[in-house]
Amino acid sequence: MSAATTTAARPGVLTLCLLHVRFQFLETVRVPIAVIGNLVFPALAMFFFVVPQDAVAGDPLQSTVAVASLSLFAVCSACLFSYGVGVAEDRQQPFDPFVRALPAGPLPRMVGRIVNGMIFSLFGVVPVVLIGWLFTAAAPSAIQLLVGVVTLVVVAVPFTLLGLAVGYSLPAKAALPVVQVILFPLAFAGGLFLPPFLFPAWLDTVSELTPTRAARDVLVQTLTGEPAYAYAWVVLIGWAAVFAALAVAAYRRDEGRRFR
Amino acid sequence: MTEGPGGAAARRAGPTLVEVDRVTKRFGDVTALDDVSLSVGPGELVGMLGPNGAGKSTLLSLVSGQRRPDAGTVRLGGGDPRDAASRVPLGLTPQETGLPPTLRVGEVVEFVGRHYPSRVPTAELLDRFGLADLAKRQTGSLSGGQKRRLAVALSLVGRPRVVLLDEPTTGLDVGARQALWAAIREYHADGGTVLLTSHYLEEVQELAQRVVVIDRGVVRADAPLETALAQVALRRVLVRSDAPLDALPGVVRAERVADPGTAGDPRWELYTPDADALVRELVTSGTPFHGLEIRGASLEEAFEQMVAHDAVRTDERSAR
Repeated sequence: MSAATTTAARPGVLTLCLLHVRFQFLETVRVPIAVIGNLVFPALAMFFFVVPQDAVAGDPLQSTVAVASLSLFAVCSACLFSYGVGVAEDRQQPFDPFVRALPAGPLPRMVGRIVNGMIFSLFGVVPVVLIGWLFTAAAPSAIQLLVGVVTLVVVAVPFTLLGLAVGYSLPAKAALPVVQVILFPLAFAGGLFLPPFLFPAWLDTVSELTPTRAARDVLVQTLTGEPAYAYAWVVLIGWAAVFAALAVAAYRRDEGRRFR
Repeated sequence: MTEGPGGAAARRAGPTLVEVDRVTKRFGDVTALDDVSLSVGPGELVGMLGPNGAGKSTLLSLVSGQRRPDAGTVRLGGGDPRDAASRVPLGLTPQETGLPPTLRVGEVVEFVGRHYPSRVPTAELLDRFGLADLAKRQTGSLSGGQKRRLAVALSLVGRPRVVLLDEPTTGLDVGARQALWAAIREYHADGGTVLLTSHYLEEVQELAQRVVVIDRGVVRADAPLETALAQVALRRVLVRSDAPLDALPGVVRAERVADPGTAGDPRWELYTPDADALVRELVTSGTPFHGLEIRGASLEEAFEQMVAHDAVRTDERSAR
């Protein structure tokens, strides 16, 4: 343990990002319930809302739409929980300030967080797609599946930002109920549980203003070609901008409070 | 070991590793540090003493770049500690309770070690701290002493030039404490620089060459260990008497506490390097007294002592 000073090169930013991705992944995956919880709910929803309804499960188009909706729900849920609750918990851990003081800067930690959020989001999609493939008439091609996953990652951006805004604003105990209160109404109003054509007109109008509905319709469009409503992208990008502003403000405020 | 007054000057002439210059740090209405200056040169082992809330941890968080001073400058190896690159030569400990519970011991060492250009191999480091058998255990299952050892090991994994140790042995039993002290001494013997905080006088006495006393955000004393010890090694003699006891030989400092609540003689607090001699003196002088008690000077009293080291002083204060 010599105190010799060496002039060896510092590890590069990419190396550090990968390091943080890897160890944050290990940290999360060792708590199986955190992973399984993400998998179970969307899978159960498939069995409750989709598989028993022959009208939906028997129709390739409607099954695909249902699988897309619940996959999106899995992603929203993973984003809000892993960023919202996860970040709030991290902030309370005394290891957090220690990691901040390592010679790395904030980028590797942020990258680690976001990449892991994506990984666990996609984990949640796997059972939904499998159930859709095995028990419904949905039969996407490999290319459709790939396009769907890429679209999911893109439309997950506003939810990632929303999760970060919650995580940096609230203590873990408050973040958990807040995430639940945000997630379920958003998912319902966005037509992730019930298709929007069943909505009364007023609810449909409200629905079209939610980020979940915009994301759903964009996803459905890429998968089935059924066009999204005209301003879906505007709604999605608008919310992304709002959540980004909130997340940045919450991050700065947190820095200011804990590390001034 | 002994450093004359020239030592401090020589130290300051050399390149400093840690340079805190007239730093002020406030949290709302509370001034955590008030115009504090401190410089630590290569190879020094500095102990920072002070009661809880004195500003020690705040000072360390400025040196490690976690916080920004409101006024003044902090330099680490010549750079701003808020730049990640400046923190390469810095080693520090997480708080004992702060290890990620699901990661294994070996993994935490890997994770931290890989942030540095040159590192102690994990196996070697764990071996040195007696943690080799625990490499595969999750940190959540470690005992308090094991966590503490791991925390100090983490501070050394990047072959730092300077290490900040915040209360490294708080809550440890004697054996574990000795083992950690040995590791800190070994690092220092290899040329490492250490800045440690403690509220155990004993720990600072055991390790440090230079003692810095911080209280209420102000550096109250900064002296070589011997000088500091001479101040701190006083005994406190408590006794009730009507006579002017501060005139007794051997009394370095005296306080007369008039206690309005109880009728009778005022209470004296006498500070002396030799309590036995003072008591002998008190008895043979024939002065009437009662309620005699002898105590070691507490840390807080030691601080007061270190600041007020000008000969005999009598303070009159009324007890609350």
